[in-house]
Amino acid sequence: MIDKLAKAEDPRHEQLVDEPIVVAYFLLALGYLALSMLAGLLMATQLVHWNPLNGIELLSPGRWRMIHTNVVAYGFLANAFLGALHWSVPRLVLKPVLDRRLSWFILVAWQVVLLCTFFGIVFGPTLQANIAALERLPFSLGAQGIEWGETPTWIDPLALAGLLLVAVNFMGPIVRTKGPMYVSAWYFIAAFVWTFLTYAMGNFLPQYWLAGTSAGAVGGLFIHDLVGLFVTPLGWGLVYYFVPILLQKPIWSHGLSLVGFWGLAFFYPLNGIHHFLYTPIPMFLQYGAIISTIAVEMVVTTVIVNFFATIWGSGRQLITNLPVRWFYTGMVFYGLTCLQCAMQTTLTFQALIHFTDWVVGHAHMVMFGVFSLWLLGIMTYLFPRLWRTEWYSKELLEYHYWLSSVGLLVMAADLILLGPFQGYYWASLQPWEVSVDGSQPFWMLRVFAGLAMLAGQLCFFYNIYMTWRRSRAQGVPVSTGTQQAPPAEVAPQA
Amino acid sequence: MFESKSGVFLIAGLGFFAFAFLSNALVPALMYRDLPEKTTAQLVEENSNLMYQFENLANRYPEQFEKYYGEVTEEKCAEALELGRRTYVSEACWHCHSQFVRPVSREEDRWGPVSRTEEYQNVLQRPVMFGTRRIGPDLSREGGRRGNDWHAVHFFQPTMVSTGSPMPAYPWFFDGSPDKPNKRGIALITYVQWLGSWLESYPYYEDFKPIPLPEEIKESIEKEAEESQES
Ligand code: HEC
Ligand code: HEM
Repeated sequence: MIDKLAKAEDPRHEQLVDEPIVVAYFLLALGYLALSMLAGLLMATQLVHWNPLNGIELLSPGRWRMIHTNVVAYGFLANAFLGALHWSVPRLVLKPVLDRRLSWFILVAWQVVLLCTFFGIVFGPTLQANIAALERLPFSLGAQGIEWGETPTWIDPLALAGLLLVAVNFMGPIVRTKGPMYVSAWYFIAAFVWTFLTYAMGNFLPQYWLAGTSAGAVGGLFIHDLVGLFVTPLGWGLVYYFVPILLQKPIWSHGLSLVGFWGLAFFYPLNGIHHFLYTPIPMFLQYGAIISTIAVEMVVTTVIVNFFATIWGSGRQLITNLPVRWFYTGMVFYGLTCLQCAMQTTLTFQALIHFTDWVVGHAHMVMFGVFSLWLLGIMTYLFPRLWRTEWYSKELLEYHYWLSSVGLLVMAADLILLGPFQGYYWASLQPWEVSVDGSQPFWMLRVFAGLAMLAGQLCFFYNIYMTWRRSRAQGVPVSTGTQQAPPAEVAPQA
Repeated sequence: MFESKSGVFLIAGLGFFAFAFLSNALVPALMYRDLPEKTTAQLVEENSNLMYQFENLANRYPEQFEKYYGEVTEEKCAEALELGRRTYVSEACWHCHSQFVRPVSREEDRWGPVSRTEEYQNVLQRPVMFGTRRIGPDLSREGGRRGNDWHAVHFFQPTMVSTGSPMPAYPWFFDGSPDKPNKRGIALITYVQWLGSWLESYPYYEDFKPIPLPEEIKESIEKEAEESQES
């Protein structure tokens, strides 16, 4: 692969990467991140009685809680992934995406899906209650009762079509490469297939085909596959791509990469039912899910070992190279969540912590602590390259890093600690209010941790804006990935 | 095979996904295929507890009930149940309340019998409302635990009946005051009263003492006054 990159006739960056679309996806993603955080804050303040907007229909905390999770998954993560893929896939396989116009069409279509989701969840129930014609519709305009699949039923087909187009657009160049492929490409291919299948399974089966307990099993698969088969493989694929480039050395062990990928592919989809232990779902399926979860633990450990072995000897980079620090901080959180997971998947422990804030702490550590940190690291690395100028302020970048990572650490530790408290309050059969009152100090701390995370992002936004202004002032060229001859003086970045 | 496009696409992408789907989704579906999925009409028909509460709503809020539902019929009750569930989903009540009683942590003592598969085999559990988070208590045995007035006031402003409650207020289920639930309000109360009311032996319904209606209170006060005058 490395000698191949060196060949003179290979396409250059300018012929491969459509830079404006990468920028567009990143900026959209950050906008959704801010929106999602505001939604999270609304619910967080509601829980500690600080919500001044309680009782306003369009700001119903429940609706905004669904906005919080959906916008983060489909608005922030999906858009940021697409941006990063538009950079890395063409450079990895040395071919541009299938069709540049299709890329832009997908970008617009996906934002339409998101806007409809937002509109449906927030305005749908209100409109349907007040307009007679809408009231008679046989389906709900508002949220669908599937966790992380709250996208209203009437948008699901459109979202699915969007996912299909994404797969086609990126699979185009991947399919045309010959021979064995690099790890990242395995993860990407699998992720395109899985995301499509998962979305279809989770949104349609429990709605139109199954009811009751068996639908619960599908719901469990869906929640888990969305994390494990959409977010995780894209995230891993990207770090497998960026970490060796940043550290300028290959991944430590190709063999471990193989174990990691194939282990994840086999065991991860079998985990879903561990979300519904002690439900009426048959016990042997619950045991099956627990055993597969433990298998995933081991697999994931090999991947983490592989990455830490890669950075071994280059530890100083963690201090000097900010993107590397983002990646490895995420990696540490990944290790922690997996440790947590090993505990929470056992029946004994789950009896205590299921339904508590332990799980919410876990969710934030995975979604923000791991995947968002990686994506923010990628953005920290790419914005200067996209705009061909230095960051406006290194100091603001540090603020972004520290506020995000420490904010997250405080939030996650706080909630994870709260979990067992709640579990014991409940098991002790004291009145319910005791558990709610006991949670107050923890919930208050969560609000402040959330504010810190949000403040970190605001530093980043300002920095991006100033960097963009600087690059505009310098009038640098932009690569659109069309077949133009590269300017001689710009060397391709490895 | 392990590093090739077709290997990844066919084996990992399609094959392993299909295997997991067959073993984890299709198996329970096949196991429960003989349990009939009940329609809303069937649920109402066989449940006198529910009709009792629905009628109670009609007596308690006659004007509002008349305006939004008209008569107390099984069809109207089914309509209210469906709208109630739709509201329950779209306001994300299910993100703060679960609907299953686990056989652990003494949940049986707190809420009543452990949940069983048959209970979920109906259209109102499509998609199923197990839930994954409890900020408020489990609701699968909520029916009959409280009176309709309690629920009305609680939805209007939870802190009025439950000090320190973090549950959001839902004034938009009412026409201005807690004694005037609108269509969604009546529907949601019906839905909440339905939860658990299908159980054959169910302590809350057996011991249920409704909050007296306003006229009944007036009557009893008058009667008392008469009695005290007589003596
Ligand atoms: C922010 C989370 C939250 C949301 C959203 C929420 N609740 Fe609650 N709910 C609570 C808490 C906490 C309690 C316990 C304190 C109390 O009684 O208010 C509660 C109590 C209840 C009770 C009384 C249970 C009992 O018998 O003690 C009912 C019924 C109820 N909620 C129904 C609903 C419905 C219906 C919705 C949706 C419209 C809803 N809740 C939305 C948190 C929530
Ligand atoms: C300002 C920062 C944030 C605040 C204040 C916040 C707050 C919240 C709150 C209050 C909930 C509901 C918890 C409950 O039901 O008990 C929640 C859930 C969730 N949040 Fe956040 N959040 C923030 C940022 C994020 C970010 C950045 C992500 C992901 C990248 C995220 C992912 C999630 C997920 C996945 C859940 C669902 C948890 C579950 O159902 O178990 N949050 N958040």
